[in-house]
Amino acid sequence: MLTKRIIPCLDVTGGRVVKGISFVQLRDAGDPVELAAFYDKEGADELVFLDITASSDHRDIMADVVARVSEQVFIPLTVGGGLRNLEDMRRILESGADKVAINTSAVQNPVLVKEGARKFGSQCIVVAVDAKRRDSQAVPLSGSPVAVDKNSKWEVYIHGGRTPTGVDALKWAKYVADLGAGEILLTSMDADGHQTGYDNELNRTVSEAITIPVIASGGAGTIEHLYEAIVDGKADAVLAASIFHYGTFSIKEVKLYLGAKGIPVRI
Amino acid sequence: MVAIIDYGAGNLHSVAKAIQKLGYQPCVSSQREEIERADVIIFPGVGSAGDATGNLKKLGLDVTLKKLNSEKRPIFGVCLGLQLFMEYSEEDGGYECLNLLPGTVKKLPPGNKIPHMGWNQVNQVFVHPIFHGIPDGTNFYFVHSYYADVKDKHIVAGVTDYGISFPSIVVRDNLVATQFHPEKSGDLGLMMYKNFLEMYIKK
Repeated sequence: MLTKRIIPCLDVTGGRVVKGISFVQLRDAGDPVELAAFYDKEGADELVFLDITASSDHRDIMADVVARVSEQVFIPLTVGGGLRNLEDMRRILESGADKVAINTSAVQNPVLVKEGARKFGSQCIVVAVDAKRRDSQAVPLSGSPVAVDKNSKWEVYIHGGRTPTGVDALKWAKYVADLGAGEILLTSMDADGHQTGYDNELNRTVSEAITIPVIASGGAGTIEHLYEAIVDGKADAVLAASIFHYGTFSIKEVKLYLGAKGIPVRI
Repeated sequence: MVAIIDYGAGNLHSVAKAIQKLGYQPCVSSQREEIERADVIIFPGVGSAGDATGNLKKLGLDVTLKKLNSEKRPIFGVCLGLQLFMEYSEEDGGYECLNLLPGTVKKLPPGNKIPHMGWNQVNQVFVHPIFHGIPDGTNFYFVHSYYADVKDKHIVAGVTDYGISFPSIVVRDNLVATQFHPEKSGDLGLMMYKNFLEMYIKK
């Protein structure tokens, strides 16, 4: 039986992991290689590296980070943040990433999803969707097939959640799946950072509407939240940052808990 | 020397890094002469299959692989590599494969998320040195939408369930091929490469 994946997310800037785990006996909690190896040993099923550097010289640094991690850690690596075109994607994949996550650039240029899937294979292309619940105000309609309408519940935001797009999150997920995306990394902006649980209505709605896997993200504060995302949210994988980084729970604890509740996990 | 066949299908670098980690010398190559000189050949692959056979033919590597196989040289196929060993694939409207193993490549049945992505158990069918140190039912990392429906059941060394039970590792003489990615399956994935390499290379 296919196991549910537990995925820690590491934010990287200037080649260093921010929010590193300080309590663990690591020589350097900001070193991506050391942290990746630690999570691997803990039983992480994959790793996501998110480049949060704003400057333009970040790509070289990120490629170097990916190269160093992939020489030591032999589980799937996804890299996202600031990838704008096929060349950016190629660079990161050749450095040793298995998948690239694209968000803003996919919304601005959906053809990138299609071309990326054609060139590197669908399994490489993760579309990250930052979704925010809409209030019930009437919305202007546009001609786009993915535009929000009066029934839209969630809207896609880009630029790290700063810019609303007028794109309906559910329609968008279906659209990019058809374009060849291999997976959706779905973040609830309403839940993210609050540690009060995932938006499982969002997770379930998207997961049931598409045939590609959905990684639920945003809102994990307790071990039960991860369970709920899988059972109520129908997520194929769960991503979390804070609860792992701050040592609230270890990946091993999460997996033992889920396993005891009957969720298939790799222990 | 371990040759990793480069035919533009990606994922070569992960395989090369795994081989390096095990203390062997990988050589990523699309040169026939170089590949023929290797002690062990790894035939990796992820991604769109339509281009793969075209590229292989363009580089003349289809002929090389058939020749190496007829000489019983050790070849390890990974993912798309396994699928390309078969006779025929139904992907992309259908195309002829290398015909090293009997059977057809088919789409995974509907009802589950496709691609089949993540860690799933490989249930060992028979005892083989490729499984040395690897417990039955170990989880390996998969990512694929098609599977090899192998005709000769005697060569299916391991099966995995995903809607159906499909061959996830095939072993015949010099050939080993996996639907999963040993290079992305942690320590026990590396162990599988190590087992294969140790069968053929004296360190």
